[in-house]
Amino acid sequence: MSPTAPHPAPAPHGTHGSPEGDRLVGRSVRRREDPRLLTGRGRFVDDIALPGMLHAQFVRSTVAHARIAELDLDGIREVPGVVAVFDAADLGLADIAARLDRPLHEFVPTDMPILARDRVRYVGEPLAIVVARDAYAAEDGIEAAKVRYDILPPVVSDTAALAPGAPLVHDAAARNTLVDVAMFATEGIDDVFAAAPCVVEVHTTTGRQNALPLETRGAVAAWDAKEDQLVLHTCTQTPHQVRTVAAACLGLDERAVRVVVPDMGGGFGQKCVVGREEIAAAAAALRLGRPVKWIEDRKDALTASFLAREQRYDVRAAFAADGTILALDADVVCDMGAYSCYPFTAGIEPLMASAEMPSVYKVPAYRVRGRAVTTNKAPTAPYRGVSRPQYVMVVERLMERAARELGIDAVEIRRRNVITEFPYTGVNNITYDPGSYLESLDLCAKVLHDEGWYAAKEQAAAEGRHLGIGYSCFSERTGYGSTAFAARKMQVVPGFDISEVRMDTTGALTVTTGTQNHGQSHETTMAQIVADELHVDLGKVRIHQGDTERITYGWGTFASRSIVVGGSAVQRAAAKLGAKLVALGAHLMDAKPEDAELGAGCVRLRAEPERTVSYERIAEAAYLRSNLLPDGIEPGLSATASFDVFDDGTFSNATHGVVVELHEGTGRVEILRYVCVEDCGVAVNPQVVEGQCRGGIAQGIAGALFEQITYDAQGEPSATSFMDYKVPTAWEIPDVAIHHLETPCLFTTTGAKGAGEGGTIGAPAAVLNAVNDALAPTGVELDSTPITPETVQRALESRP
Amino acid sequence: MKPASFAYHRARDVAGAARLLAELAERGEDAKLLAGGQSLIPMMNFRLARPGHLVDIGGLAELAYLRPDGTGGLRIGALTTHHTVETAAEAVLGRDFAVLRDAMPWIGHLPIRTRGTVGGSLAHGDSTAEWCLLALLLDAEITAVGPHGERTIPAAEFFHGFYTTALEADEVLAEIRFPRPAPHAALAEFAERRGDFAIVSAAVDLDVDDAGAVVAGRVALGGVAPAPLRIPEAEEVLATGGPDRAALFAACADRAAEAADPPSDMNGSADYRRTLIRTLIRRACEEAISR
Repeated sequence: MSPTAPHPAPAPHGTHGSPEGDRLVGRSVRRREDPRLLTGRGRFVDDIALPGMLHAQFVRSTVAHARIAELDLDGIREVPGVVAVFDAADLGLADIAARLDRPLHEFVPTDMPILARDRVRYVGEPLAIVVARDAYAAEDGIEAAKVRYDILPPVVSDTAALAPGAPLVHDAAARNTLVDVAMFATEGIDDVFAAAPCVVEVHTTTGRQNALPLETRGAVAAWDAKEDQLVLHTCTQTPHQVRTVAAACLGLDERAVRVVVPDMGGGFGQKCVVGREEIAAAAAALRLGRPVKWIEDRKDALTASFLAREQRYDVRAAFAADGTILALDADVVCDMGAYSCYPFTAGIEPLMASAEMPSVYKVPAYRVRGRAVTTNKAPTAPYRGVSRPQYVMVVERLMERAARELGIDAVEIRRRNVITEFPYTGVNNITYDPGSYLESLDLCAKVLHDEGWYAAKEQAAAEGRHLGIGYSCFSERTGYGSTAFAARKMQVVPGFDISEVRMDTTGALTVTTGTQNHGQSHETTMAQIVADELHVDLGKVRIHQGDTERITYGWGTFASRSIVVGGSAVQRAAAKLGAKLVALGAHLMDAKPEDAELGAGCVRLRAEPERTVSYERIAEAAYLRSNLLPDGIEPGLSATASFDVFDDGTFSNATHGVVVELHEGTGRVEILRYVCVEDCGVAVNPQVVEGQCRGGIAQGIAGALFEQITYDAQGEPSATSFMDYKVPTAWEIPDVAIHHLETPCLFTTTGAKGAGEGGTIGAPAAVLNAVNDALAPTGVELDSTPITPETVQRALESRP
Repeated sequence: MKPASFAYHRARDVAGAARLLAELAERGEDAKLLAGGQSLIPMMNFRLARPGHLVDIGGLAELAYLRPDGTGGLRIGALTTHHTVETAAEAVLGRDFAVLRDAMPWIGHLPIRTRGTVGGSLAHGDSTAEWCLLALLLDAEITAVGPHGERTIPAAEFFHGFYTTALEADEVLAEIRFPRPAPHAALAEFAERRGDFAIVSAAVDLDVDDAGAVVAGRVALGGVAPAPLRIPEAEEVLATGGPDRAALFAACADRAAEAADPPSDMNGSADYRRTLIRTLIRRACEEAISR
């Protein structure tokens, strides 16, 4: 199939098409989640109310760095409505321990206590859990805490952290460095730079952000005496990892913990790590013998949850005179805040940046040093895109800067460098599967030309207005398997997924997946895959996820893995069940299995397709009249299958093109046009893919132009409400024109690649390049984000 | 983000609310009036405000009105919502007070405007609030009802800075009256996001003669001081008139930027605010004259 085939193109790849009708994969069937969500009948964590339930909130540190001289909680116990308060010593829980298999000079482990002991390391760190009859009384209780701190000097930036003689956030981490890895030093790279006709540099910083799920974190914990089991309702992207860590911290057998995930209002990575508060709430529930609910309020969500994205890049690139890139040399420092997150560790950002920075380009020589430093700020977790929004921004700035220096068109210089022959094994030892890098770039540029934006830019310049056009061309590795994570030397390797497909006596299907929907429409897309495989109506398929008693151990949803890994497992399990249906159905028709096949809701004979036996009849035999079963076929209709990715994953790709106008007098950046040409292989549901693009782009624009959490010299965070944390609204986010290309994935059974993060990855680079294109006459270049109106205004005023 | 406990009272009439406020004040109790709750409730949720008593006047229909005062001015009852003004019939606001309607979309977001009230905004006294700026610009008069009757406070004496006003603890803000038509007034502001508190807001009210020439005007700024400010230096420039409007507006804007002493904070430096003052005053003047 041509990579530039337009959507919707039913790919012959993977599943066999239904002879009776259109396949559902590839069609924008309506989201099956919507009726309940849009009519207010969804069930989120905060909707759960159990008899006798108590409410928890946390006494949190008000200082960034201190020894706890005294923690006096007696006053809290006197507050009306307060039932109990526990500190670290009361609960005696094991720490959350995240590890890499790397030597100490590359990785320093730092465990995260559930409640702070002896020392606090950021404003908002939990010191004690207050449990009360309602959330109001819990907050009253917090006010009665008496904490005396012996203040230690706070470390509030990466440069301060690395400065000689800097105070230490963790005594074990010299120079406040948790991860320090040098990779891929191509031999002779220094000579390449010395001889290159063109060397360009980018020095950039990106602001600290919050992934900002609209539903904040939260949990309801209760002991189930009948099952001898803790039931932990929590909004997590990774239910089994919460179960594993909760059992370890609480000292329980893992079977004694059941994690149940209700509907979720987003996660974006912030909920794919294990939080301390949900485990503290569980411990309190065990201690008190009553259900305990904790719902994170917005202030805590902004200041004390997991943050992301604060990085510094010092990068240079060498180019030949014709614009061919010759070498890339990078130093990356990520400010990971106070602790490593589970299971990824503080290596999540620097290791991603270091491994994948060469991006979509044929870079022959590469050297990188990636570091994670610890500071007195809230800890970090993965956030949609993980480092890729930043390194793509850096590499795309390098491309445009080199283009300008060499007098080459900005699109043309990319055309000369993008990977066009696949599979391509890069200087970073990653093998890239087929994509449409060049095709997406050309189509995006063509769209902006055809729509007249280049003419509009010239016209604007003649009128003294400031229009700019910018691009980003990138790929997104999706479906990391166990080998990819093992290559990062993670001790916990989130790779496989397991699915079970079960048919009941009425022919209806129950499907489990270890992936965890938190907005991705799995109930729809996974059902489309099963319905195609078994030739049944979508309405016959019900997807179950997020209850560790119902699903097999799985890795949840992050890193755009669900449709790649989970979707393939679901398809395989369905195919396995299909084989059993064929065998049974053939037996019921006194035929051989090889002479039968699946039809629409039935098994039929290949030679006489009018001879059929319905799924209902097969199910009847499998369950209710098992005396009819042939030898060697067990009763029941279910099948389980797993899937893992044993090579380097599959790369989705896209090009974004942006037109901005900068407004003189205010510095406002107005996005006039946003075009996204994306290729995620076979789009199981194009509408869902477009939703992912639009949402991701909104978050990417947020990082480029709006959102930032700063800390003052004492380590106090600036953004405590949406007044200060400027998440853009519908007013600020433009409409996005989306064009689809389709290069099917060769190893997923559906041909699909992941689509979760591309929007976020591509947007900052394209916006930044457009702003800089508009600023070109001024000679000012802005490389760091967020770009504020004041920065733009100052740049406009400085023009010669 | 849950408020501290408080006692809740619902007022039956304005006089009763004032009496209750007086009683509570006498007992040394901290009380706050609750109208639309769009500023007070968030502050209580952050426990930045923790009144012991809330006196809810939200149900007093007698304070929700919008009508001409019979002498060319306009009376607005304190409990009129922003949304009511935004959607008021042409016949009520006319050309003379179109500036009020056009300023409303700058206030927060639609849900805020459907609950937030004119009187609540004035009593809250935020320096960037549109109603505070308009009151000061248009020399409005604010009526407060206390236990011993009512008094009228000129807007120029009403705003004392950082959420403080001339209102006494036992007074209910009942009405704002705009005494004269303002057919050539406009408000302009800038924030990073639509609906945010303005970094700087500017409002102008121009006097235009029969030939269409500007002969005088008033200029007010928000976001440059703890309370909204009139800028007499800029108004003096407008009074010089002259045939070149663009030059006049630019001179007025420049003079205002020089005269103002804006703060530097995380939303913008003093220099940037001066730039915004110049931009926004010019923009407001252009819009006002084009009405």
